[in-house]
Amino acid sequence: MIKAILIFNNHGKPRLSKFYQPYSEDTQQQIIRETFHLVSKRDENVCNFLEGGLLIGGSDNKLIYRHYATLYFVFCVDSSESELGILDLIQRFPRSSCTWRKPGLNFHVSFPTGVTKVFVETLDKCFENVCELDLIFHVDKVHNILAEMVMGGMVLETNMNEIVTQIDAQNKLEKSEAGLAGAPARAVSAVKNMNLPEIPRNINIGDISIKVPNLPSFK
Amino acid sequence: MEISGGEEGAEFGGPRGERMLVPSLKVQDLIEEIRGAKTQAQEREVIQKECAHIRASFRDGDPLHRHRQLAKLLYVHMLGYPAHFGQMECLKLIASPRFTDKRVGYLGAMLLLDERQDAHLLITNSIKNDLSQGTQAVQGLALCTLSTMGSAEMCRDLATEVEKLLLQPSPYVRKKAVLTAVHMIRKVPELSTVFLPPCAQLLHERHHGILLGTITLIMELCERSPAALKHFRKVVPQLVQILRTLLTTGYSTEHSISGVSDPFLQVQILRLLRILGRNHEESSETMNDLLAQVATNTDTSRNAGNAVLFETVLTILDIRSAAGLRVLAVNILGRFLLNSDKNIRYVALTSLLRLVQSDHSAVQRHRPTVVECLQEPDTSLSRRALELSLALVNSSNVRAMTQELQGFLQSCPTDLRADCASGILLAAERYAPTKRWHIDTILRVLTTAGAHVRDDAVANLTQLIGGAQELHAYSVRRLYCALAEDISQQPLVQVAAWCIGEYGDLLLEGSCEEIEPLQVEEEEVLALLERVLQSHMSLPATRGYALTALMKLSTRLRGDNNRIRQVVSIYGSCLDVELQQRAVEYDTLFRKYDHMRAAILEKMPLVERGGPQVDEEAKESKEARLLEAAPVPTEPQASKLLDLLDLLDGPSEDAQHPRPLDPSPGGALVHLLDLPCAPPPAAPIPNLKVFEREGLQLSLSFVRPPETPALLLITVTATNTSGGDVTHFICQAAVPKSFQLQLQAPSGDTVPAQGGLPMTQLLRILNPNKAPLRLKLRLTYTHFGQSVQEIFEVNNLPVETWQ
Repeated sequence: MIKAILIFNNHGKPRLSKFYQPYSEDTQQQIIRETFHLVSKRDENVCNFLEGGLLIGGSDNKLIYRHYATLYFVFCVDSSESELGILDLIQRFPRSSCTWRKPGLNFHVSFPTGVTKVFVETLDKCFENVCELDLIFHVDKVHNILAEMVMGGMVLETNMNEIVTQIDAQNKLEKSEAGLAGAPARAVSAVKNMNLPEIPRNINIGDISIKVPNLPSFK
Repeated sequence: MEISGGEEGAEFGGPRGERMLVPSLKVQDLIEEIRGAKTQAQEREVIQKECAHIRASFRDGDPLHRHRQLAKLLYVHMLGYPAHFGQMECLKLIASPRFTDKRVGYLGAMLLLDERQDAHLLITNSIKNDLSQGTQAVQGLALCTLSTMGSAEMCRDLATEVEKLLLQPSPYVRKKAVLTAVHMIRKVPELSTVFLPPCAQLLHERHHGILLGTITLIMELCERSPAALKHFRKVVPQLVQILRTLLTTGYSTEHSISGVSDPFLQVQILRLLRILGRNHEESSETMNDLLAQVATNTDTSRNAGNAVLFETVLTILDIRSAAGLRVLAVNILGRFLLNSDKNIRYVALTSLLRLVQSDHSAVQRHRPTVVECLQEPDTSLSRRALELSLALVNSSNVRAMTQELQGFLQSCPTDLRADCASGILLAAERYAPTKRWHIDTILRVLTTAGAHVRDDAVANLTQLIGGAQELHAYSVRRLYCALAEDISQQPLVQVAAWCIGEYGDLLLEGSCEEIEPLQVEEEEVLALLERVLQSHMSLPATRGYALTALMKLSTRLRGDNNRIRQVVSIYGSCLDVELQQRAVEYDTLFRKYDHMRAAILEKMPLVERGGPQVDEEAKESKEARLLEAAPVPTEPQASKLLDLLDLLDGPSEDAQHPRPLDPSPGGALVHLLDLPCAPPPAAPIPNLKVFEREGLQLSLSFVRPPETPALLLITVTATNTSGGDVTHFICQAAVPKSFQLQLQAPSGDTVPAQGGLPMTQLLRILNPNKAPLRLKLRLTYTHFGQSVQEIFEVNNLPVETWQ
């Protein structure tokens, strides 16, 4: 089973941490630190498997990780999981090549494999070319996506389309709930997004002529 | 992508910095602020302020924005800050009817609550309601939370709900319910009975998610109960069919990865087949064809194919498969070893390690490739290669393999050194072709990685050298050269010091055919040992070795001993107590007991490997304590045994003189004979009358306690039917070398006349090798005014005493 899923950046700051076994908060932070320590020492051209640290359970456990530009995706698994399978889960090979396009984070993902594949590819689909900033600001979304893939430490679903469909349905549900209470908010954002200079200067409807004053943009 | 939770109307116009009325930050804004903090202290400040706000908001009980507050709290929790005050809010959010609230609430429950806190039980009711009445999405949330943090109590309470959901029409809910069932069984094994029946039906599903979950469930059930395992063997044909369909169906874009249809499901099925086919001929046969098909037809150009192929190989090797198939499987692994992808090589090495016990010869064929992997810069790979290489060493390849491993030892990373060194030493001990090679190997390991060897390496090597008489000259020369080069590797220095001390005379003789002639002067040797003594790198134990070696050389060298005497007297005032004691004793030896010096510092007898009698350190300490012993120390019974054995050699001069272990040819007692291996019978052993003279009778009774089969208790009973008392009665016993004898104190030394109270004495004999028992008794007593001494061997010992 999968014991933990961790995402952290090149400096060890956690971007997502999900534990499938009860650990105290202190232990959790220690595990994150220790894992970062182990994984950051690895070179670029080595295999994606590491023996686990002492905290997360000793000789039976492995760390399977992938490094993308500024992020490490680490799955801590025990010996009952297939190593190559988990790699596939982390990222699925996309039909179009997956590029992380925010400035400064350009890189190409080559030879992606395993469970890691499915995860990153799904993130890519949900966020439209996901990058680290997306993960930072939408941690809860990432949790939701992960919950559709891995449940209770076991792989639940690997069909990307199903996962994405579910996520979309749930998001729609949330939006519809915001409903009436959200109306003022929507009005505000509509006004903010209005581009005043683009409005025609003269509105001529029949014999009514309205002169629109020269207004600066609201933004 | 829109920001969830809606934008907050109340924030309109309130810039981030102001904290006027009740402005609460959106999650994203909080994150921005935290990222804006330049130092850790600043970050902590921001978070503390925000947490205070959150706490206030929780107290005020604002239902509209509770989910947002909790979301912020969860973010802060991920960074490592305390968030326990949000636990109750999770409950409230879960109980709310809105999906938004529930989503965040359940996420909070998974992150903040766990089975160690009592609060977690409070959500059981909400989960129950959601499971039975919620929409699909809500049911999904509830199941997800239950499977992540559900404790045993919760699982017991909610088992029926989950069971009902297994038969629901929606595949989304069903697949989640199946995996939740797996979790429940892990927590409460008794629930297996609840979840076993639906499995058969679930296997007929076509939805891959449900199938995946069902197979996981079946695996969990089979691993927990052999009855379930037997039950599920029936579905092997069905599984084979499903797998076949997966393989032959055309390309399905939904589930396929790189052209392989749903590799995850394939891998799970193969794993279940492995569990079901293990040790079961019939099931294994059903799978054979399919496995062969997968093994030969899977496309290995992509990782997904490789994952499936690996599982297939592991399955083939674990079940009772045909021999040809096994060979195919090992060859596939061998091919993977040559793959350029490091991940594949890693998995191949791991799999081969699992096989090395059962299919040793097949794995041996790939030995050269494995040895090449030792050179990998990647530590994960080289560690696996090291383990596998050590497992592959056998008597025919030990020389070549040791060569490779020694090369590896020189360049390997520090964390692998200890394992490598001890592995080489172990392999050398098991398969050494000659003693000289063995000594050379250990020497090389000590030179390369002396700091990383185990503590007993020194003792082993000294024992080894001590036992190989023909190699004494060779060893001492080599060790001397090694020591002259480098005195920092402690184990090496210790062994070298001991060796030089023992065989210093051979060192100075100058000729040895196995090594180039070496001219060594006495002064050089002494200088070297002095250097070791004085070096700050030497441990106290090492210094002890060096000092004793110097002392021994005083008898081996031909020159005068002034230099040695000087050193010894200097160390008489050393701060280290052990060294000081030794130095003082040796000094006394020089001054007062010079006549005994040669005898005490004599060469050690040949050591037998594995013998319990001789221990290097024990010998050293015995020699050191000699001088404090009183002239006639109280000897334990065992030394009377020495006297007994030495009877034929004449009286020994010094009671504690270490006696030669190889007894003289006229030795009374015999060495080990063949070992019988019949189990000891439980029947009582008949008594034996062994001696009779003038009314004094001696009889033996035997007891073998059932819990210690190697132990034999003999009670010697002496009875006197004559008219005169028997006084000063002493009975001694001797047994062959392989036995251990202990005589306990007799009940008395007088056997009164006329059938008075018999005297008894207990003998304990330990016979670990189950060798035939031979017993010799010696009696001395006074009877009718005459002193009598009798020595005889006990004949007709019953077989049960030693078998």
